[in-house]
Amino acid sequence: MRITCPFCGERELGEFTYLGDAKPVRPAADAGEDAVYDYVYLRDNIAGVMSENWYHGGGCRAWLKVTRNTLTHEISAVEPAAGAGAAKVGA
Amino acid sequence: MMAAAQTHRLTSGGLVDRSAPLSFRFDGQTFSGFKGDTLASALVANGVKLVGRSFKYHRPRGILTAGSEEPNALVELRSGARREPNTKATTAELYEGLEAASQNRWPSLNFDVMSVNQLFAPIFVAGFYYKTFMWPAKFWEAIYEPAIRRAAGLGRAAVASDPDLYDKAWAHCDVVIAGSGPAGLAAALAAGRSGARVILCEEDFVPGGRLLADGGTIDGLPAAEWLARTLAELASLPDVRIMTRTTLFGVYDGGTYGAIERVNDHLPSPPEHEVRQRLWRIVAKRCVVAAGALERPIVFAGNDTPGVMMASAMRSYIGRYAATPAKRIALFTNNEDGWRTVETALGAGLQVAAVIDARAEISPAHRSLASKSGFPVLHGSVSSVDGGKAGVRTLSVSLTGGSRAEVEADGLAVSGGWNPTVGLTSYHRGRPKWRDDIAAFVPDGAPPGMVAAGAANGAFGLGACLREGFEAGAAAARDAGRSGSAGSMPVADDEAYSLTPLWHVAGKGKAFVDQQHDVTASDIELAQREGFESVEHLKRYTTLGMATDQGKTSNVAGLAIMAAVAGRSIPETGTTIYRPPYVPVAIGAFAGHHRDENFHATRLTPSHHWAAEQGAIFVDTGLWKRAQWYPRAGEKDWLESVTREVKAVRSGVGFCDVSTLGKIDVHGPDAGAFLDRVYINTFSNLAVGKARYGLMLREDGFVYDDGTTSRLAEDHYFLTTTTAKAGLVMQHLEFCRQVLFPELDVQLTSVSDQWAQFSIAGPKTRDLLKEIVDPAEDLSNEGFPFMGVREVSLRGGIKARLFRISFSGEMAFEISVPARHGEALVRNLMIAGAPFGVTPYGTETLGVMRIEKGHVAGPELSGTTTAADLGLGKMMSTKKDFIGRVMAGREALVAANRQVVVGIKPTDRARRLRSGAHIIPKGLTPGPDNDQGYITSVCFSPTLDQWIGLALVERGRERIGEIVHAHDPLRGEDYDVELCNPVFYDPDGGRQRG
Ligand SMILES: [Zn+2]
Repeated sequence: MRITCPFCGERELGEFTYLGDAKPVRPAADAGEDAVYDYVYLRDNIAGVMSENWYHGGGCRAWLKVTRNTLTHEISAVEPAAGAGAAKVGA
Repeated sequence: MMAAAQTHRLTSGGLVDRSAPLSFRFDGQTFSGFKGDTLASALVANGVKLVGRSFKYHRPRGILTAGSEEPNALVELRSGARREPNTKATTAELYEGLEAASQNRWPSLNFDVMSVNQLFAPIFVAGFYYKTFMWPAKFWEAIYEPAIRRAAGLGRAAVASDPDLYDKAWAHCDVVIAGSGPAGLAAALAAGRSGARVILCEEDFVPGGRLLADGGTIDGLPAAEWLARTLAELASLPDVRIMTRTTLFGVYDGGTYGAIERVNDHLPSPPEHEVRQRLWRIVAKRCVVAAGALERPIVFAGNDTPGVMMASAMRSYIGRYAATPAKRIALFTNNEDGWRTVETALGAGLQVAAVIDARAEISPAHRSLASKSGFPVLHGSVSSVDGGKAGVRTLSVSLTGGSRAEVEADGLAVSGGWNPTVGLTSYHRGRPKWRDDIAAFVPDGAPPGMVAAGAANGAFGLGACLREGFEAGAAAARDAGRSGSAGSMPVADDEAYSLTPLWHVAGKGKAFVDQQHDVTASDIELAQREGFESVEHLKRYTTLGMATDQGKTSNVAGLAIMAAVAGRSIPETGTTIYRPPYVPVAIGAFAGHHRDENFHATRLTPSHHWAAEQGAIFVDTGLWKRAQWYPRAGEKDWLESVTREVKAVRSGVGFCDVSTLGKIDVHGPDAGAFLDRVYINTFSNLAVGKARYGLMLREDGFVYDDGTTSRLAEDHYFLTTTTAKAGLVMQHLEFCRQVLFPELDVQLTSVSDQWAQFSIAGPKTRDLLKEIVDPAEDLSNEGFPFMGVREVSLRGGIKARLFRISFSGEMAFEISVPARHGEALVRNLMIAGAPFGVTPYGTETLGVMRIEKGHVAGPELSGTTTAADLGLGKMMSTKKDFIGRVMAGREALVAANRQVVVGIKPTDRARRLRSGAHIIPKGLTPGPDNDQGYITSVCFSPTLDQWIGLALVERGRERIGEIVHAHDPLRGEDYDVELCNPVFYDPDGGRQRG
């Protein structure tokens, strides 16, 4: 598999580390235990297109949001996480 | 020994070099062949028909094919550590001195004791593994399995370690092409002329594919001339690379292809420093599969008799290698193409005994060829072959209409039609589709970017192969963004290919479908009767297609027979899933250079070379090699050395390389706020010039990592991690920074390799440091208090960082200098420290002192402990949010009966402790119900002169003084220990503050 890093270009799978579902959002400090429990443990296991967190540890160290079809491994989009890259994004 | 004459070699023709004779040995007998031969063609040229014994029944077997689809002619090639079993004689290039041995026979190929298996054939039917050996179960390991392995082994692997080198490499191109037959060459021409970067992989050692054996006319030229002209043109194109001896074996996501290049397998051994094989990962925008087609057998009784050969293979041996597999051949065909073998045989002056053609109609041209050449054409099928290890003698023919005939021949060419090579196009779970007109599966789509052309796509005519290949090559180049002109397309006529499907001829005797696994037509019929109706079940129950040839010659015939028994069509029956690799690939090639000491990278500490000079013993910790202890002359074991090192530190001064700790610079106005969110304790209020111990949790509330973090400036922190988690913590912090908290203005930089860091510990630490550090620096308790951090100048002017932190419990500093100065620093520490008896110490002493001091480390930070379990619960801030805060508050994580860190001492002072032992309350039976924890870390404490340890024990801190039982079933040890304060040494910390 090959992932096109927005900072480094098309690179080989071995440079990246997979984390998982990019959808869950870390709850606010006062959200309560149930919300945090859901965030920590509940994950969708999608047979199809899902957005995932990948880390380009063998390259620019950016965390990327990769839209991937888990059935075909087709990657339709790669975006940097909001705080990735050398310049501040969305600060 | 004189080589036997090449009795079956034609005096002219073929692509062998008669000026380059090669001598080789097969089963101890010396033969000769020529450069350009395979082992198989050289054996054919020497009249050798019997080359092996079959898997289950030990039946005599000959050479069936002339390519990588070969099921029978498998040999052990080479000897000693290079001995490789199951090597196909049909693809092994001949070289001077080649040594090969037949497999699966004892004591000799001609007299094989195990051929009595044929008498017990009934027990080897489909599913025999499951049926025969089910009961009694205990017989399996003791009797059945060893017996089966002895009887049914295919070749012997070398026992010694592989002496050869392997390589892995990447290649990038626009178009990769599998196969260099007419379709592949035409594709390469079109793509190359268009300006595309092309890699053409050919598994044979010469390009040309079927052109090499079958000839033909292209662009008005004889095939050989066209081939030479085409190769010259391709060689003139700057970005076309032809890789022979290279098989494209698999396709992976994103246009990545696997190929294995047999760099030096055509030599007795690779030249010095050269690799044997190279694994290629080829990244290509487009792929043209021009891998051709495989001729398929017809299944009939005795079809495995030596001398029965695929018709196209016979053409290859005669046409390409000028070697004659028989003197008087018969042809059994169900299609037009098989007749080409007759033409080739006649052209080589061989006798044709008869053609047995299963079709109703035979072309007038072939009919007149038969009458002109004086051989009969029999309408019907070969129902059995009579012969033995000496080869084919007589064929029984069932004639259309019911009568029978016999044909005398010493070789039988068989053509059941052609199967496109659909492997590569189907490796992404593609299912090929059935085409009735050619009675074969053809690709139905392909992985993205891939297209099949020519025979691999079911287009068997020479003209069609050129056309499809050319068009596919031109389109691939265009798709890859190359806009040059593809020029003119090579042109040839299309041969007729009329076929009447025929898979299996009923008859008496064993009729083999899968010759490598000895699966017969009746095995398939039996499996079907027993209810194994799915092809995937059939495959596993009968083992059809599961041998090293992956059923290249047998799968479709097996499906057809199964379909016939079930009364279904072949497409209804379907195919099994195709999986790479297309040919067996040595594990060594996948490993490449990553073996032995190069299995992974090795990281050396800045003091490594110096430590090696001292005779240090090193231990692997992750990728690092760390000095474990420094033995001195006369010390009898590690314990004696470590005990000396500990005493030297506690009474004087010692140092240890701690550069392996992960080091991260945290910069930015929000650096403090960021650290507050990733650590359980607060760092934003840490004063500049101070260090603090920090603990990180995972989001699920368990402890992740710990370390000391210092504030070097208002907006600059220096964070350390454990050695083991250095990379992971960096990744985690980047995740926090980029994904969770993008609003914080903070940057992280890994500086692990930039700093050499040493811990200097012991009451004489200041005395030593004063010799190293600029005399103007104030190192007194007032000038440099505990947990202070400061940049200092060393004598000579180099800047260093000093951290007054202690892991040993002694008065200690950590000093760090740019990594390039690390070795010089250590040498200077030795010189300056000589008057104080400075003692270098390793990780063992580091561990002993941290256990004496009750510090937790890897065994306690096990991923299942909370901060409170480690005795660090009070560090958890209640005034801020941080990673893991909420989950750490879950009921089970704060339960009163959790196992917590506590010290242990054996009640018998002389007793040695071992980690891993279970803690059981006194008087209760050891077992899961009474298990209250386990010993995590132990050491011999020179300070206390006894073994001590840390343990995780239920309510441990409330039970100080209690005697509990340590139960160690692994080592068979049982003893009592006393629970105690984990801080064994200097519990009020006066020494480190002094
Ligand atoms: Zn990148």
